[in-house]
Amino acid sequence: MRRHYTYYPGCCRDGNGMAYTLSLLAVAKMIDLDLIELEDWNCCGSTPQASVSEVASLCHSSRNLALAEKKGLDIVTECSDCYLMLNKTNRHFQENTKLKAILVTALAAAGLEYHGTMRIRHILDVIANDIGCEEIKSKVKVNLGELKVAPYYGCQVVRPLPSFDHPDYPQSLDKLVESLGAKVTPFPLKTRCCGGSLVLSEEDLALQSIHRLLENAVSNGAELIVTVCPLCQANLDLYQGKVNKKFKTNYKIPVLFFTQLMGIAFGIDNKALGIERCIVPADKVLAKSLQGARGG
Amino acid sequence: METKEKETKAFIDEICSIPGGEKIRLCIQCGTCSASCPNVNKMDYTPRQLIAMARAGMRDAVLSSNSMWCCASCYLCTVRCPRDIRPTELMHALESMAIKYPSKNTSITTPAMYASFSDFVYSLGNVPDVGFMTLYYLRSNPLRALKMLPVALSLLRHRRLFIKTRRMKPEAERQLKTIVDKAEELAGRI
Repeated sequence: MRRHYTYYPGCCRDGNGMAYTLSLLAVAKMIDLDLIELEDWNCCGSTPQASVSEVASLCHSSRNLALAEKKGLDIVTECSDCYLMLNKTNRHFQENTKLKAILVTALAAAGLEYHGTMRIRHILDVIANDIGCEEIKSKVKVNLGELKVAPYYGCQVVRPLPSFDHPDYPQSLDKLVESLGAKVTPFPLKTRCCGGSLVLSEEDLALQSIHRLLENAVSNGAELIVTVCPLCQANLDLYQGKVNKKFKTNYKIPVLFFTQLMGIAFGIDNKALGIERCIVPADKVLAKSLQGARGG
Repeated sequence: METKEKETKAFIDEICSIPGGEKIRLCIQCGTCSASCPNVNKMDYTPRQLIAMARAGMRDAVLSSNSMWCCASCYLCTVRCPRDIRPTELMHALESMAIKYPSKNTSITTPAMYASFSDFVYSLGNVPDVGFMTLYYLRSNPLRALKMLPVALSLLRHRRLFIKTRRMKPEAERQLKTIVDKAEELAGRI
């Protein structure tokens, strides 16, 4: 069964998180997922915009929601921050009459309207719950062997609004990784913050968070971390070297988007999945696990 | 009412008038937010203390502190707060006040980072990584840009940083600006 969604990639698609989109689109083809990109979408404004002006930040998501509502499909995004901003704005349309009045008038000034009917989805939710683990399992072609994976959710995919999983102990990604044939390692800090964009302005603070996460994943036996958020991936991957320097550690754990791991299990070529875009190289860990699987 | 009391009330009222700040009066000072916060050890005052200080009308101490700028918006406090005051959004509300406040604390560069991001979001509806970073370092500490050079080069080498970025159609950019301007105007009136 083909499933159709309005697709909101967010800004990460055109930069740092390009491998997420590449791998998602490659995987989507194999699980009959039609992601129809929202035309002329704008940035969600993210946390920085909400901190400068909450009202302005709501306007950004309001415009995207207004454009998406006309399409009549659920809107799906791969970025946890975009997911949160869309959800937050939607909630105001449903609950906050004062803010809703402002946003409705502002949209009307630009010839748009939004009625608060959209269902906002994260791509993890769509893959884990609409497609489901059984179907995922049936597409697996490559034995991942004993690859030990720490499933990292980060914060905004499960918080603050009631969503598709538990805010502290979510399971969807764990189950998904298992259905790909990898081994899920315990990861008590799987919903702890990576420091987000503060890595730019408060580097010490963010490095402390990143260090905590790497330590927790590695000490529980993980050889690889998978994430669902472009910012989490960037922080854990790009700043691993700085963590090592600051805390005198020697972490070399690759950090993949979960869609990249899906692609590997589905037998898609590494290049099409953007694996070489990881700063901490993933090929050795992957080769070892695949070889082990073949040998066994 | 005495002047001090008036000032205190005015400060709390101002916080309450910003989306996200409405529920500050409901706080029971249980400290669940402070205990949940992953970044609390870097803050001048814990979230609980900051709320108490705000309600005591300590405008200067609150708005000059680094506390809200250490919030990474992980929302752990928000899902745990027994009074549902949504401390994360309260932090955002305090940030939006602090960004306009002439603080003597120049060591905090998060406001410059957020403002740079926000300026691009407003003018282009998009945030080009290179432009945003350049603007931020120019505004905060140009020397730090040198330290970031290895990071930027690593990103370039792994094809994760692009000079040329996506632009919305000009009419879409204008449409977005119209919405934001109108909403800001209306919010200012209320």
